[in-house]
Amino acid sequence: MSDKKEITGLTFLILLGLFSPLVLPNYRVQLSELWIFMVFASTWNIQGGKMGYNSFGNIIFFGLGMYICASTQIAYAFDLAEWTEAGGVKTFVHSTSQYFSSLPLGLILAGLIPALIAGVLGSLLLGLRGHYFAIGTLGLGIAAGEFATSVQIWGGGMGMTVPVWPKVDGKDLEIFGGSMNFFYSLSFLLFVMVFFTLRWLYKTRFGLILTAIRDNEDKAEAMGVPTMRYKVSGWIVSAFFMGIAGGLYGNINGYIEPTEVAFAGATFGVYMVLMTILGGKGTLWGPIIGAIIFQVFKEFFWTYFLGWQSVALGFLIIIIVVFFPEGLMGWLRGKRPEWFGEIVDKNARLAQVKINTND
Amino acid sequence: MILIQAPFLNLQALLDGLMVGSIFALVAYGMALVWGVMNIINVAQGEYVILGGYITFSIYKLGIPAFYGMPFSFLFLFILGYILYRLIIFRVVDKDMFISILATFGISIVIQQFMNMAFGSQVETALSGLGTIFFFEGNITIALVKVFSFVISILGAIAVIYFMKTSKLGRAIRATAQNPRAARILGVDTEKVYAYTYAINAGICGLAGSLVAMTYTLHPYIGLPYTVRSFMIVIVAGLGNIPGVLASGLGLGAIEEFSAYALGSEYRIGFIFLLLVVILVYRSKKLAKRREYLK
Repeated sequence: MSDKKEITGLTFLILLGLFSPLVLPNYRVQLSELWIFMVFASTWNIQGGKMGYNSFGNIIFFGLGMYICASTQIAYAFDLAEWTEAGGVKTFVHSTSQYFSSLPLGLILAGLIPALIAGVLGSLLLGLRGHYFAIGTLGLGIAAGEFATSVQIWGGGMGMTVPVWPKVDGKDLEIFGGSMNFFYSLSFLLFVMVFFTLRWLYKTRFGLILTAIRDNEDKAEAMGVPTMRYKVSGWIVSAFFMGIAGGLYGNINGYIEPTEVAFAGATFGVYMVLMTILGGKGTLWGPIIGAIIFQVFKEFFWTYFLGWQSVALGFLIIIIVVFFPEGLMGWLRGKRPEWFGEIVDKNARLAQVKINTND
Repeated sequence: MILIQAPFLNLQALLDGLMVGSIFALVAYGMALVWGVMNIINVAQGEYVILGGYITFSIYKLGIPAFYGMPFSFLFLFILGYILYRLIIFRVVDKDMFISILATFGISIVIQQFMNMAFGSQVETALSGLGTIFFFEGNITIALVKVFSFVISILGAIAVIYFMKTSKLGRAIRATAQNPRAARILGVDTEKVYAYTYAINAGICGLAGSLVAMTYTLHPYIGLPYTVRSFMIVIVAGLGNIPGVLASGLGLGAIEEFSAYALGSEYRIGFIFLLLVVILVYRSKKLAKRREYLK
C-alpha cells in the first residue's frame, strides 16, 4: 500500500484507539476484544497468509498464555492450589504493589513460554504441508483443551478466576482510570507492538523468505534457504504475541475455562482464520480490516440473534469462504490495482478481462 | 494396570474395539471417496454421522424398532448431501483445499446447532432390543447389537465397493477420480458425478450414524471426533487403499478401547486427537528423511 494510504490508515487506527472508549464507554470490553482480535488475525496471518501454512492451532498459545499469566499472578502472592480449590468463593485480594508487580511478570512469562513451546511443536509439525498441517494443528488444539480440563491445579473443567483489581478501603483503586481502561490500553498497546513488529518484519529478508516459502517451498530450499528454521521462527513470533494476548484476555474476561475461553478452537480459533480471510490473506492491513468488520458483525449478531449466534457463525464462514476467498483486499486489488502500487496498463488489463470472459 | 490384573479385559477390549472400528472404517471409507474423487476433506463427516444417528433415534422414539431407521438415515442423509452439494460444495470443488475445509467446517457448525435445538443436548441411545451373550462365565460380554453393526458396516463397505466396480455411475466416479478433464472430454457429466459422490458419502455416514445410535451414544457435539478418526484412518491407510482403510479402522478401534481402559475414558477424545498428531508427525518425519512430504 502506498505511503499516503498507510498514513491515513494509521491515523484512523490511532484515533480509534484513543477516542473510541471515550465515545462508547459501555463497550470497552468489546473494544478491548477488538484489539485482541486484531492481534489474533495479524499473527495468524504470519502463518496462514504470508507463509501459506493454514494453522488451526495458534489458539493453543493463546490458551497457554492465559493460564500461565493467571497462575503467575496468583502464585506471586498466594497458594495456587488453594486459590483454584476455593473456586472464587473465598476472596483473595492482591495488594496494589503485589498486583502491579505480578501482572508484568505474568505477561512476560505468558509470552515467553508459549514461544518456547512453539519452537518445539513447530520443529515437529511444520514438516507437514498444506491440509495435513491444518488438520494436525486442529487436532493439537482440541487435544490441548481436552487435557487442560484434567489439570487440577488450573481448576480442571471448572476453570479458575483471575485476580481482581486491587481495592483501597473497599473501593476499586483509581489508578490508570480503573481496571477496564487499564486493560483496554494494554490491549491497544499490544496491538501497536504487533503492528509495528510485523510491518518491520515483512520488509526484511525474513518477510521475503516467508513469501518464498508460500510460493514454492521446494524452490526456496533448493536456493539454500533453511526453510524449517524460518517457519519455526515465524511460529515463535506468533506464539509470543498470542500468549500475551491470552494473558490480557484472561484478565479482561475475569474467568478462565479450558474449552470455551482458553482453548476455544471452535470460536476464537476459527475467528482468527475468518477475520484474516475476510480482510485478505498475506497483507499487513487485510487482517486488521477483517477484524474490525468481523467484530462489528459479531456484536450485531450477538445482540439481535441471541441463541442463534453459532448458526449465524456457521453461515458466515460459508459465505466468507465461498464468496470472498480472496478477501476484501483481494477484491479491492482486482478493482483498483493502482492503489497497491501496481503499474497498470489499461490496454493490457482490458485484454486480460477479455481473456477471462472468453474462458 | 487393570489390564494386567484382569486378563479377560484384554480380549473384551479387543472385541469391542474391532466392532466399533468397523463403524469407523465405514465412515472413513466415505471420507476417502470424497477426498479421492473431489479432492475435498469433508470436515462435516462426523456431523453427518450424528445426524444419521438422530434420524434413527427419532424413528425409534415413534415406537418403530430401531433397525428400520437404517434406510431412513441413509436416504435422508443422501438427499441432504445432494442438496448441500448443489447449494455450497460445488462452489469450492476446484478451489484451494483449505477453502473446502473451512466451508465444510461451517456446514458442520450449522448442523451441530440445529441438532442441538431439535434434539437437545442430552446423551441419547436408540435401544435395539437385542440381547447380550456371555463367554467365559460372564467375564466377556458381547452385545449382539455390536455384532450386528459389525456385520452391517462390513456389508455396507462391500456394497459400496461392488457398486464402484460394476455400476455405470461407479465407473464414471472412478474415471473422474483418475482424471476429471479426460472424463469430461469423454462425455462424463462430472458435476453430476461429484453431486452423487458427495450424496453417497453422506448416505454412508447416515448408515454409520444409525449404527452408532443403536450401539453407542448420541450427542450433538461429538461429531468432530468421528471426522478426525476417519481422517486418521485414511492417512494411515493411504488414499485409495480400500483394504487398508478397513484394517486401520479396526486397528484404531482396538487402540482406542485399550487406551480407554488404560488411561480412563475421560481422556478418550484427547487421546484420539493426540494420536492424530503423533501419526502425522511420525509419517512426515519418516518421509522427510527421503526429502519428501505428505501430499
